[in-house]
Amino acid sequence: MQSYEFGLYVFMLAAFLGFELVKRVSPLLHTPLMSLSNAISAIAVVGAILISGEKDASTLQRVLGFVAVICATLNVVAGYLITDRMLKMFRKREPEKK
Amino acid sequence: MIENVLPAIYLLASVGFILAVKWMNNPATARRGVIIGEIGMLLAVIGTLLRPEVVEYRWILIGLGIGSAIGAPLAYLMPMTAVPQLTALSHAFGALASALIGTAEYYKGEIPLGFPMGALVLESLLGFLTTTASIIAFAKLQELMPTRPMTYKGQNVVSLSMLTAAIVIGGWMVAAPAPTWAFPAFIALAMGFGIMLVIPIGGADMPTVIALLNSYAGVAAAAMGFVLNNRLLIIAGALNGSAGLILSIIMCKAMNRSFTNVLFGAFGQLAAAATGTVAQRPVRSATPDEAASILDSARSVIVIPGYGMAVAQAQHKIRELYDALTKRGIDVKFAIHPVAGRMPGHMNVLLAEADIPYDKLLEMDEINGDFPNTDVALVIGANDVVNPLARTDKTSPIYGTPILDADRARTVMVIKRSMSPGFAGIDNELYYMNNTLMLFGDAKNFVAGIVKELAGSH
Repeated sequence: MQSYEFGLYVFMLAAFLGFELVKRVSPLLHTPLMSLSNAISAIAVVGAILISGEKDASTLQRVLGFVAVICATLNVVAGYLITDRMLKMFRKREPEKK
Repeated sequence: MIENVLPAIYLLASVGFILAVKWMNNPATARRGVIIGEIGMLLAVIGTLLRPEVVEYRWILIGLGIGSAIGAPLAYLMPMTAVPQLTALSHAFGALASALIGTAEYYKGEIPLGFPMGALVLESLLGFLTTTASIIAFAKLQELMPTRPMTYKGQNVVSLSMLTAAIVIGGWMVAAPAPTWAFPAFIALAMGFGIMLVIPIGGADMPTVIALLNSYAGVAAAAMGFVLNNRLLIIAGALNGSAGLILSIIMCKAMNRSFTNVLFGAFGQLAAAATGTVAQRPVRSATPDEAASILDSARSVIVIPGYGMAVAQAQHKIRELYDALTKRGIDVKFAIHPVAGRMPGHMNVLLAEADIPYDKLLEMDEINGDFPNTDVALVIGANDVVNPLARTDKTSPIYGTPILDADRARTVMVIKRSMSPGFAGIDNELYYMNNTLMLFGDAKNFVAGIVKELAGSH
């Protein structure tokens, strides 16, 4: 089996898994879910590292890779931090007050 | 040795992402989900840095540092009402990263024609169009641009021909070595289409669009996985792509509209046509004093927040009202329409920020049956999502849209600045009903007024 054919199977299974998992998320958490999946899409950082870290990369490749690393990292960090910040606010009972 | 460990690191990272999404289904486990997601991302980065083909570290580490240094304050300093904008901006950066990597791979010139080049074309197309589309969405949400739909004659023709041209050039690059102008032209067309895609979209449709752009960013990352032959990218991208897609489907259903209808702006035109026919009709209005005494004598209250609450930053005052009423033994609940606000679940986040317990926030299907037994429905900054015309008037553009049945409550109170129609541009029957009281004023000030009256009466 060619590697891209294998990749297509992986893609299909992961996409179905994603559908099943996300369907179960309560609408209460749709905003944090969105920022979490936004952070996960910043997995592009892997590609950015591979591109900019290569041995015989051209200047163009290094520059594009460098900017891509910045952008993807920004997406990772902002995505996870804002998700956590939001989730911290969800409380079931009110804090005890005297 | 390291070659044997690397696949295991990537596998663990994939498990982390899957668990992260799985644990988001419940507020009790959601924070654990974020932590496992962060660990997954950390493993992915470390696993990539350790790969033997990565030899040049300096610029990577500087890039990681700069990205974190900008991303962290952005996430901490933005007010909660700005979460939709921040998400749009964050999308733009993620998509730009995918697009730039696609560009770098293209100019490296080692990608074979056919399937791998097809994946690269898809990655770059979605990357560039999502970048510009997200920037426009950000500008609209931040109100740097008018939030009204901007339409002109022949808009759909222009947009679609840009997309078609980009796809034709893309197809050429897949099939045969293309001339040097092809890739830059392809980039320009993709970016142009991204702008055209979001310009005609109005503020109330933003939840669908943001979810859809989220999905595109995911698919771009998965396509990159095919270019680089990297399964971690494929899994994370596919998870993200389906998450965004299913959310945008939920949003479309909540508005009783199709994707094409949201994206190609038929609604905007209908709305413009309807605006002219709004006639002046008498309404009953009330002061904070009167509203407070009605609330005081109620036993059950359902609050219906909308985007107006976010604009007025009224959530903290609403929390005070919630406290004052709960202290009197009045049952207070919140009814959340799926598309209230500017992104999916927007209202929940704002009310949670104001410390309202999340078991009081109920979604449409859970709460609609309660309205007939409710003394007061208090509508704060919501409009089209409580318009009973959606149930009764077959000629109305919003006919068939699922709404919150506020009109079935014994008394309805609506806090609103003026009688101007909502996003759909149609008159709201709710305002003219005999059991409806209009409370004219700024949501925050009005609620503050009610709270003050309630405090004074004891």
